Amino acid sequence: MIKEVYITETNCITPIGFDVAANIKNIDDEVSGIQLHDKPMLFNVPFYASIINDVDLNLAFAKVTSATNYSRLEKMMILALEPIIKKSKVILNERTAFILSTTKGNVKALENQKIESAYLHQLARMVANFFGFNTEPIVVSNACVSGILAVSVAKRLIQADVYDNVFIVAGDEISKFIVSGFNSFQAMSDLPCKPYSINRTGVTLGEAAAAVLVSSNKENAKIKVIGDGSINDANHISGPSRTGEGLFRSIQSALTEAKINSNQIDFISAHGTATPFNDEMEAIALNRLGLENVPVNSMKGFYGHTLGASGLLETVIGIESVQESKLFISLGFDTIGVSQPIHIIEKNEDKKIRYFLKTASGFGGCNTAVLFEKVN
Amino acid sequence: MTVNKTYIKSFCTIQNNQISLNGEIVFDTEPTVFSDFSKKAYQHLEMNYPKFFKMDNLSKLAFLGAELLLKNEDDSEIENNTALVFANKSSSLDTDVKYQDSISDPENYYPSPAVFVYTLPNICLGEISIKHRLKSENSFFIFADYNPEFMEKYSNILLEAQKADKVLCGWVEYYKEDYKAFLYLIDTQGKLEQNQELLKKLYKQ
Repeated sequence: MIKEVYITETNCITPIGFDVAANIKNIDDEVSGIQLHDKPMLFNVPFYASIINDVDLNLAFAKVTSATNYSRLEKMMILALEPIIKKSKVILNERTAFILSTTKGNVKALENQKIESAYLHQLARMVANFFGFNTEPIVVSNACVSGILAVSVAKRLIQADVYDNVFIVAGDEISKFIVSGFNSFQAMSDLPCKPYSINRTGVTLGEAAAAVLVSSNKENAKIKVIGDGSINDANHISGPSRTGEGLFRSIQSALTEAKINSNQIDFISAHGTATPFNDEMEAIALNRLGLENVPVNSMKGFYGHTLGASGLLETVIGIESVQESKLFISLGFDTIGVSQPIHIIEKNEDKKIRYFLKTASGFGGCNTAVLFEKVN
Repeated sequence: MTVNKTYIKSFCTIQNNQISLNGEIVFDTEPTVFSDFSKKAYQHLEMNYPKFFKMDNLSKLAFLGAELLLKNEDDSEIENNTALVFANKSSSLDTDVKYQDSISDPENYYPSPAVFVYTLPNICLGEISIKHRLKSENSFFIFADYNPEFMEKYSNILLEAQKADKVLCGWVEYYKEDYKAFLYLIDTQGKLEQNQELLKKLYKQ
């Protein structure tokens, strides 16, 4: 008998709240974290982004510890993990793993030639040592699917009886490195991003940290992880497959494992970066699976694209949707702008959800899909 | 979940201007820089794949290793379901530093999308997937050192859960001319049984 795997604790640190409840209240009120920022240290002209306030971050961090030798991203990650480690009472022994997901970690350290600090295993060690984990940190760095891929990795390791509990933290921060890079691709939106809209012109960047506990223990379970897949497009390194092949296959792989049909899915939290190609690709993949009538949202209108954090952050919000029987608006959407029909959630509404699908796609042709089931 | 035996079908190492396949040296050059070594290795392998020269050094390293192990596995008739499970220590730091240099000086600011795209370690998985037409499971991990325990467990999970028929595992480390690739193909059948001691031994060779 294959072990059942659950998510039992969640948390997130974002510009619209430093816990899940604050985030959900703002989403309910359609308050976005995206604002116009004039920060020459990040970009030479004012730009829209979803950025965590430094004063708030430092105040919150000071309540947890008096230590000062942590980077901004490390503070975000520690704040995301701290309450769930405490609340769960899980012992950090050899049966408890720690996964850290990020795309660029402390890449900001390169601005000051601090090469050592930019190593991702060093970042993981800093966070792991803060809490006293007793297993070697596992870092997942797989572009923009990192956050949701970590859930898949955790679930697989628990099913194979390698661990009983896996704490995941996923985080990325906005840096000159990332802003200039996305801008060089001409992938940045002049206005707050508009996923799936005819008027979309690209991404708005964001920053966040999210954390969950994945466990074989059903006590306090918020949701069950029932299937997953992470399949490459084998098509292009900087653009998605036009047929959505990798995403299509990732969802299929998750469905096969979960032994459910695509028509049983009640809600999809998609990637929706608001680039012309990504959103179009997703619409095609969803149509190929007959998912065009399933309510779908992108959280990028609230948080921007938080890169390696996005998949986990959006899972945390999606779990609240399932628990509260509520579909959240895909903020920024107006008129459909993809060639295949999809059912974008246009206002917050009540809906009973049993099966929830989370997807993400990223550079390198990577895709991840994870299926969840409500726990009764 | 039952743990069935899995096997190392083939393995290769690339380091110090030398390539070895299944324990035998198959190619080496006089001491030279990686760009020159990798070009000569490309020529030796008789690849006709101009995209190779657009790749960063990490991708070239991973790509060469994959070519050695997969070129006899590719079958145009059958779709291979070979998963890619790769890891390293330095992520894409070599290219990250190069990209950072292109944006540090406002007087000399020239960010390039062709460089930026390689500031992700998993791009090498995309390159390998495209070349070998692998629409398959892929993931990139970072550890302080080669981690045979994790690699063995994770590759076995993919095979046992039937997420893949074979798994190409790779430790592909590149930072400032310091490089080492150790790749091996895991199968459910074979002679050389996969275990952590053997992986450690082969890695050190």
